[in-house]
This record gives sequence, C-alpha cells and structure tokens, in this order.
Amino acid sequence: MKPLHISAYTTVSALGRGNAAMLEALRAGKSGLQPLHFPPAELKTYVGFVEGLEHEPLPEELAAFECRNNRLARLALRQDDFEQQVAALRERHGASRVAVLIGTSTSGILNTELAFRRRNEAGELPVEFDFVHSHQLSSLVDFVRRLLQLQGPGFTVSTACSSSAKVFADAWRLMAAGLCDAAVVGGVDSLCLTTLYGFNSLELVSAEPCRPADSQRNGISIGEAAGFAILEREPVEGSRGQLLGFGESSDAYHMSTPHPDGLGAVEAMQAALARAGLASSDIDYINLHGTATPSNDRSEDRAITTVFGTNTPCSSTKGWTGHTLGAAGITEAIIAMQCIEHGLMPASLNTRQLDPDFGSTILLEQRETTVNRVLSNSFGFGGSNCSLIFGGRNDHPLP
Amino acid sequence: MTTLYLDNLGVVAPGLSDWPGAAKVLRGEADHLAEPLKLTAPELLPATERRRSSDSTRLALRAAEQALSLEAAQRLQPAAVFSSAYGDPTITHKLCELLSGTPPMASPTLFHNSVHNAPAGYWSIATANPMTTTSIAAGDESFATGLLYAAAQVVAEQRPVLLISYDLPYPKPLSEKCEVSAPFASALLLSHQASAQSIAQLSLSLDKGPETIMDLPLESLRRGNPAARALPLLAILASASGECLLPYLAEQRLHITVTPCR
Repeated sequence: MKPLHISAYTTVSALGRGNAAMLEALRAGKSGLQPLHFPPAELKTYVGFVEGLEHEPLPEELAAFECRNNRLARLALRQDDFEQQVAALRERHGASRVAVLIGTSTSGILNTELAFRRRNEAGELPVEFDFVHSHQLSSLVDFVRRLLQLQGPGFTVSTACSSSAKVFADAWRLMAAGLCDAAVVGGVDSLCLTTLYGFNSLELVSAEPCRPADSQRNGISIGEAAGFAILEREPVEGSRGQLLGFGESSDAYHMSTPHPDGLGAVEAMQAALARAGLASSDIDYINLHGTATPSNDRSEDRAITTVFGTNTPCSSTKGWTGHTLGAAGITEAIIAMQCIEHGLMPASLNTRQLDPDFGSTILLEQRETTVNRVLSNSFGFGGSNCSLIFGGRNDHPLP
Repeated sequence: MTTLYLDNLGVVAPGLSDWPGAAKVLRGEADHLAEPLKLTAPELLPATERRRSSDSTRLALRAAEQALSLEAAQRLQPAAVFSSAYGDPTITHKLCELLSGTPPMASPTLFHNSVHNAPAGYWSIATANPMTTTSIAAGDESFATGLLYAAAQVVAEQRPVLLISYDLPYPKPLSEKCEVSAPFASALLLSHQASAQSIAQLSLSLDKGPETIMDLPLESLRRGNPAARALPLLAILASASGECLLPYLAEQRLHITVTPCR
C-alpha cells in the first residue's frame, strides 16, 4: 500500500502529559503503575492512573459531554501543540475533508455506573445524568469533532482492545475510497467499574504490577490513556513518520481467550507485512500486545516465532502504562513512533524471569540503537486482531 | 460518488421478520402488524453459544443469516461491519445493576458479552471466518455512517463486505434517558462488482435537503431506532429503484440512488 504520513501525534497516560513525558519515562525505565485508589472500586490491583483530571473541567459550551473519558480526550488534545496542528490541517484540506476516527471500549460508562448508585427510591436515575452525551459510544467522536471543528466522516470504533489500532486501517480505507483527504485518529479509555470488575470476574487482573512474558505473570494492570495522530497522504514539513502497513483478522475461536497457537495474530502480522511490501526481516522491533495474562502472552509468542522466527527484538510496554484497552492501539503506535524517532527499544518492564517456554527475543534490557521499522500488535475480545507497521519519515519500503 | 452492488439483504423488526415479508409491507401489499419481536437464537450459532448469546447478538445475526447462508459465508468470506448506536442495552443495564452493589460485582459472561464487538465475535466464530470485522457507533447516524464506511471498504479492498446495523430498546431506568422504541436490524451484502447475484446498484453521495421519511406506522419505527433509519433505503429496494436521503453527520444527508440489476 501507499504509506500514510503521520504529521503529528500526542499522548496522555500514566506516564504523564505529552510525548516528552512518555519518552522520559520509557528511557528511565519508570513505570506509571500505582495501587488502585478509585472509589467505589476496592480491588487489590495496580493501575495506570492519569493524575489531575478532576482539575480539567470541560469548557462551558461542551459541558453536556462532561465525563472522565472526554476530559481525558481533551487533555491529550491540548498537549504537544496538537490543536494548532489540527488548525493547520483544517487550513490545508478543509474541515469537511478531515475524518475523525476514535477508538474506545467503554466511553463514558463511569457516569452511568455512578448514576445507578444514586438511583432514588423509585429506581429513577438522577435528573442531571446525561446518558447520550457521556456514556454513548459516539459521545467521544462527537466531542472530538466539535472540539477540533472537523466535519469529515466520523465514528467511534469499539472492538475492545484493538479499537484504536483499527482506526489507522479505517483511515486508510476512507482515503483510498476518496471520502476524505486526511484523518485525525485516536483512542481514549478511562478507568471505570465495568473493566476493573469485569476483568477481575474473569480472573485476569493481577494483584501486583503486571509482568509481561514473566514465568510468574498472573494478569493485567488496567490503565487509562488518550492519544491522537494526524494522518495524511503526503508528507508535510515536520512530518514524524509513516504508517507502512496494517493487517487485521478474526480469531473465530473464542470470545475472551486467544487461539492457543495465535493463528489470528499470525494472519494479522502477515497481512500487515504483505500490505507494507516488507519481509519479516525488515522489522527491527516488535511492540507486543503483551498483556501479561498467561494465555495472551503464550499465544502471542507462538505467533511471533511463526512469523518472525526467534531473533526479532520484542517487548511489551504494558509494564509502563498498564493495559489501556481501547486506547492501547494508539498509545503503543505512539511508543512505536518514539522508538523510531529517538532510537530506542524499551525493555519488557517488570519481567524478572522470562517464561522458559518462550521462543521470541524478549528484551530484558533497553537498547539504544537505530530503529527503522516497528510492528505493533493489538488484540481484543471477540478475537479482533490488528497489527500496524510504522516507519520513519523518509522510509521507502515499496520499490 | 461511490458506486457498489447489493447482492443480498436481511431485515428483522417487529412485523418485519424477513426480507420477502418486509418487502411486501414496504410496497404496501401487506399491512404492518407490529407484534413484539421474539428474539430466538440464530440458526447460525453453534448450539453451545446459542444459550449464552445476548439480545444484540441474536438480533444482529438473525439479520446476517438472511443475507448470507453459512455456506455462502464460508465461500465468500466477506469482511463485516457492525454498526450500532447503543450496543447491547440489556447487558449494560445488568452490568450497571451488579456494579451498583456494595461491593460492586460483575459476571464473566455479562462482561465478555458487553463489548461492542460481541456480535462480530460470535459472527466470526459461527462462520469460522478469519476475515476482519469492525464494530462502530455514530449515534443516530449509525446506519448511514456504517453504510458509507462499508462502501469505502468494498471500494478500497475490492472485496465483499457485510454491513449489519442493529439497535435495541433500553430497559428502565435507562429508557428514561434514551428511548429506543423497538428492535431493528438490517444486513446488506455489498460487492464491488456486478454479478448474477446482484440485486441492485447503489450510488452514494453526500447531499443536503430534507431526509426521506416513511408513511405511518413505519415512520414511528424509523424515528424510534437509529438502525431503522435504513427504512427509506429498504423501501426503494422493495420497489426496485428510486432515491432517498438518509440523515448523516453535520446536518448532511447520504444520498442513495438504487438501480435494479435484474
């Protein structure tokens, strides 16, 4: 495929506000995970918590959209001059030619959860609770389109933990079909009772900071994050990199357990390489989905060795950010871009003893070296798989 | 202008239990008898999954299996786009109810069925189809948005895409905040090239002007459910040709022209 150019990106997660904070934490090996303090939740676990959202109310004209998730979205849009970059994008293409495609798994469901706890004796929800503008999945994309004054195609993608990886594929298709000339893609997911207690009910939540690829790994640490990127057909001054390929597949196996041999993951990675016109040896580093559940990490390792053999350096960065669910795709896409721009391969943070059954090269030490191309994996419930390949701004993979 | 072909379709709503029956109602050859819909499990689902399947999965897959038999699904291996404004209202209700307890609780089956892509996951399991699916939401404009995205995928990838659009009513108390009047689902099997199976050519473009409405009582159904915004398109498909304007983002309309292929 003809690559898409990434003109700008921004991120907020437990690692802090903006790209520089993320890079600093990655370089320093400093995890953002902390013990859960999120009443009324009372689970013994660690989370990737974004500090300070209580001090970030939405502007008055958008107050109907008030919820933790939209606050997090806005906080990210205000980092790294992203709003100014979007203003320039609007100038270049016109507001109606820029798509907005945002992934989330739970949008503003926290508002509904809290409203249910405040039902009156007749079982009615609080009068001030605005379901449509907060909980509804499209609240997020509606909010971002208004904030950025964009009017091109827009929808929320909600395919669990692959949501904000798949938005890159959707942007490519909309541009290929001529329905837009550029896209703002992103993902936002925030802490809520549904995911904390839902993953806990499946016995997939760790009581300690998650340990991807570790022989003693015992589950995820949930995180919250927001990230956005601008995609265009042609490079602009200051372009940061390129989307070289994407691949998607369905496991068609089980709703909440990956295929044991990672067959769906294999198909997604092979499809991404084929679209990019690259061989597996052209990938310098793989950012794993690496949730630190026993089944995910094992099946992903099998898939990696099937497609790449055993030598390509790999790591999961969930030990820094936690598993940011519907925001994992964009968060790790931005990590991939930072790895290329700054010559970094992060270690698998919190991995003490590598699972002896693993065949792939899991990085236990950070490497500072030239990184030309990164493949990033995102896999979700329902067997929804997406692999993305990123390259530097001057990369030319196809002849 | 985006041009593509419709190879088959399905519809499920109160009084519209399959496409041949719905087409008669839409042409005015039969009355619309809006009996409450009984959401039985789709034939397509393996027996083990039928019992656990949620309302949204049953509704979406019952529309899908009209548009595509299991045999055809396995032969064609279409990609699939699931579009729904609200996902599964009953599961949202049950989860929020459990989570409102002290301490909060959740159930594993409710949680894995709560993801917006649960119907897509069951669809790929039922048809053993490894092709990509996506699950999107765009509020009241979810049908037109889903159709335009599915059309982009057909054109960009030159492969068939199955669009499934569905929405269901909320139980109380959420129904007080968000009223959906009755369940509605449609499924459109879309292709980039005309074939012996093609029913109609669809041409899509963005436009302005008043949205196309239905005659009563179908107009109440159309207004009462985001997925039922498909009805004006289904009506012109039932009468073989015509044009309609469906509500789309930013006060725009999706202009659809239907030309018969057979």
